[in-house]
Amino acid sequence: MSWFEKLIPSTIRTEGGSKKSVPEGLWSKCDACDGILYKGELERNLLVCPKCGHHMRIGARSRLEHFLDEGDREEIGAELSPVDALKFRDSKKYRDRIGQAQKKTGEKDALIAYRGSLKGMPVVGCAFEFAFMGGSMGSVVGERFVRAVDTAIEHRAPLVTFTASGGARMQEALISLMQMAKTSAAVAHLRRRGLPFVVVLTHPTMGGVSASLAMLGDVHIAEPDALIGFAGPRVIEQTVREKLPEGFQRSEFLLEHGAVDMIVDRREHRDEIHRLLATLTHRTGRA
Amino acid sequence: MNPNFLEFEQPIAELEAKIQELRYVGDDAEININEEIGKLEAKCESLTRQIFSNLSPWQVAQLARHPQRPYTLDYVEQIFTDFQELHGDRSFADDPALVGGIARIDGRPVMLIGHQKGRDTREKVRRNFGMPRPEGYRKARRLMETAERFGLPVITFIDTPGAYPGIDAEERGQSEAIARNLAVMAELEVPILCTVVGEGGSGGALAIGVGDEVAMMQYSTYAVISPEGCASILWKSAERAADAAEAMGITSDRLRELGLIDHVIPEPLGGAHRDVPETAQRIKRHLLATLDRLGEMDTDQLLESRYRRLMDFGNFKEG
Repeated sequence: MSWFEKLIPSTIRTEGGSKKSVPEGLWSKCDACDGILYKGELERNLLVCPKCGHHMRIGARSRLEHFLDEGDREEIGAELSPVDALKFRDSKKYRDRIGQAQKKTGEKDALIAYRGSLKGMPVVGCAFEFAFMGGSMGSVVGERFVRAVDTAIEHRAPLVTFTASGGARMQEALISLMQMAKTSAAVAHLRRRGLPFVVVLTHPTMGGVSASLAMLGDVHIAEPDALIGFAGPRVIEQTVREKLPEGFQRSEFLLEHGAVDMIVDRREHRDEIHRLLATLTHRTGRA
Repeated sequence: MNPNFLEFEQPIAELEAKIQELRYVGDDAEININEEIGKLEAKCESLTRQIFSNLSPWQVAQLARHPQRPYTLDYVEQIFTDFQELHGDRSFADDPALVGGIARIDGRPVMLIGHQKGRDTREKVRRNFGMPRPEGYRKARRLMETAERFGLPVITFIDTPGAYPGIDAEERGQSEAIARNLAVMAELEVPILCTVVGEGGSGGALAIGVGDEVAMMQYSTYAVISPEGCASILWKSAERAADAAEAMGITSDRLRELGLIDHVIPEPLGGAHRDVPETAQRIKRHLLATLDRLGEMDTDQLLESRYRRLMDFGNFKEG
């Protein structure tokens, strides 16, 4: 740890050594309250801290596994994998970054999609994998999302998407920008067919993902305290040269400014979204 | 150094200054220096040709932001007649960074929408350097919907560093304003013709950039993030902007190659700012030809082909 990091009180250290200091094992630590938590209990709690309610990051696949009913599920677009069409290279080659992200996450790219059911109601669910290059949207994310939309249309099923993304994938340059247009057009298609689109905005949802599919839901649900916005706080601070207000771009701020409909605890998602979709699609309430 | 010229244009600026000087001398001196001027002019042209034949993507990015580069309203004046500017998003404000209105091109009624930068300092600030707030995008949407109701093709001019990253913009839903436009443009039942005339800055550009035909001026750029922004994130240093510009492929010829845009409009020697009327004529010819072509499609064909165009974006491996 550098002298500078030592100066920062441990409660506000976000990256670096502190996370790694907890060994892989039975115990885990809450990033927010520093509480020592039993891993099994934390996982049963969907990675929501039982002590302070902090919503920790949850992997896309495990999120969908908890959200959808067990049993009849079919993955959408699993066969798609990314290519480096531009031979993009910054300090590292994009190809190598893809390889590393795939190794780290066990996923081919940053969006997972499934056709399944929610308390017996057919639904299509998508979730962004933030651990895969910051959940950034490139060609595979765009195409999988479109196929999820197509599947929803084919099965007359609502679409639920959990977002967690830093935005467009810079290594795919303008191709990634075009994924914003592509995914938004697909949402427009879905809407025209009268199928509900529910977006669950989780920490963080920024940039190109926020300025496309994430803000086009019929209903926007946010997880507590998620960072949601177009420009990142640092960019804004540099542009306007003033301190950002407390809680700026957090879920509660978005609720207050009319950008989201409700803030819902992760543990309530199944119940709340099922109730919502059942009412929207004129189904009987009980499942 | 002449502030109206970029660094790599300076040799041209020097030669032109010399020619200008000689002209002054020529006015009051008896000696015939026309021959000398003619030689210098030829030299100037070949020098310009030489400099412009081999521009790096970063130099093109600078040209796209050239202080003398024509902006939307400069083109409107040269290409269209009967322009009537329409203001406001009807719910919060009018955004001077994005202009729009009805006009005619060769007698045909159209809806015009474009980013607008300011020329002098006061105007630059008033236009917010061409960076729209949500009310700008909402005005654009309103005008597109009006265009649809009255069967007017939509013509957009793109020239923005990006959507404004400010506190107020976030409070009023910058993301939602952009996203909504993308969805609306995908299904708008009139032809949409987009031309990147200067900087195509990310989502802020795309928010009026989804269309049936997307063209770029030869020395304009279109990118997911500015070269400086990309460099500071991926190279951890804004100084590597030239490398980022190269890696991202932000120029018209490269993007045409990649199939991300449909057409490149060539600029006069030395760039659009060296001959604005000629540049405007070239844009006009392109717009008229494209309007003719799109006019032959019925609405279903138009929407179908626009949707297919969007769905084709992306490179991936299957299986």
